[in-house]
Formats: sequence, C-alpha cells, structure tokens
Amino acid sequence: MSLRIDRMALKSLHEHAKEGYPHEVVGILAGSRDTGHVQQIKALFNEREDSPANRYKVSGLTLMRAEQALESSGMQIVGYYHSHPDHPAQYSDYDRDHALPNMSYVITAVQNGDIVETLSWRLQEDRSCMTAQTIQIED
Amino acid sequence: MSVSIHIPTPLRPYTDGQTTVEVSGDTVGDALGQLTASHPDLARHLRDDSGKLRSFVNVYLGDEDIRFLDAEDTLVDNGDELTIVPSIAGGSR
Repeated sequence: MSLRIDRMALKSLHEHAKEGYPHEVVGILAGSRDTGHVQQIKALFNEREDSPANRYKVSGLTLMRAEQALESSGMQIVGYYHSHPDHPAQYSDYDRDHALPNMSYVITAVQNGDIVETLSWRLQEDRSCMTAQTIQIED
Repeated sequence: MSVSIHIPTPLRPYTDGQTTVEVSGDTVGDALGQLTASHPDLARHLRDDSGKLRSFVNVYLGDEDIRFLDAEDTLVDNGDELTIVPSIAGGSR
C-alpha cells in the first residue's frame, strides 16, 4: 500500500526539517492506518543532544503521551518521520535496527538547508531490510 | 501469577489484534516468554539475536520501567499489568 499524505502535512514536515537543519528532526505521521493516509504531523523533540546531526531519539513515555493525545482527537498513528541533514533519504542500518514493524518511516533529505528528496520505508517482516513505499500527495 | 501485557499498536498484528494479552509467570521474563511462546512472530521484534530486549523496547510494570527494577528478573504479582512502550530512534549514519 502506498503512503498518501496531504500536501499541507508534507509542507509542514518539510518546514520542520528545514528549521531543524543541520540537526535531525523527528515527528509522528497521523491520520488513518487503514488507508495509509497522513493528514497531519506532530513534531517531537529530538532527545539525542550528544549527536543530533546524525541521530534522533524519542523516549517511550514521551512518544506514548504524544500518540495518546493524537488518538484522543480521532487520529491514528501511521508512522514516523525524520530528516537526514546532508545525507540521502535512504534508510541506514541504524534506522532499520530501530524500526518498528507495520509503520511507515518517512525520511526527508536536507542538503544545505533545502529539501532534496523525501522517501517512505517500511520494515520487512524478517527485519532484514526496509522496502520503499510510494508516496502519493493529496490535495 | 496471572499478568496482563498491554501491546502497542504496531505489534498488535502479531496478537490477532488484541490490545492486552493475559499470561502467567513469576517474573517479567516469564511473562514475556509466555507472550512470545503463544505469539512467536512477536519475538524477533522484541528481542535481538542474542535474546536481549531490543534497545527501543521498554517494558513497564505499572508505572515503573523494569530497567530500574530487576529488569526481566523483576517479580510479578497476581493482577499486575505490564506495558510494552516502544521508543523511536534512528539516524543517517
């Protein structure tokens, strides 16, 4: 299934990635899991202050609280996004090692402060790799 | 001891959609072991190849992170609730 994302949500995601450059930013993709439709994003704080240019982390309780707030407003969690400053939008081994199954992982590449590419990935069931997922932009 | 384990959304496909699974055991490790014995496809997402809980898998006994208790050796009581709380992490290189 492809990932559908509202144009305004994608714009917000890109703005977040540009604002955070040269650090990685992270957030939640919210909408409908059944249809893979992202209607809004929720920016989160990158807790990796020791290495924010190439790492992100959001602790479990912080994530759970943010997800519960979205779910109480009728949203479902479709996946997560993060940026790769001055690096391609390909997933890394580190991304794969830490990925949850059944979630979409959008990676946006930011080069010199500009968005150059945005890709979506899903973890394979055996955790051996992530596979690219087509992104459809909805107006 | 009968214990409930709350399952987060991305792992529910492996528990037939159940949000909570009832298991029995004397420790957190026993309870998780019974969970993965009855739902084997969960195991690879909870544990790495050496059998350790993956770094992004947090387990809470009530409000307490088991890392600050006795980890998987933490004793459980009848009616206790365990919650699997994933964190998210990654990065470019």
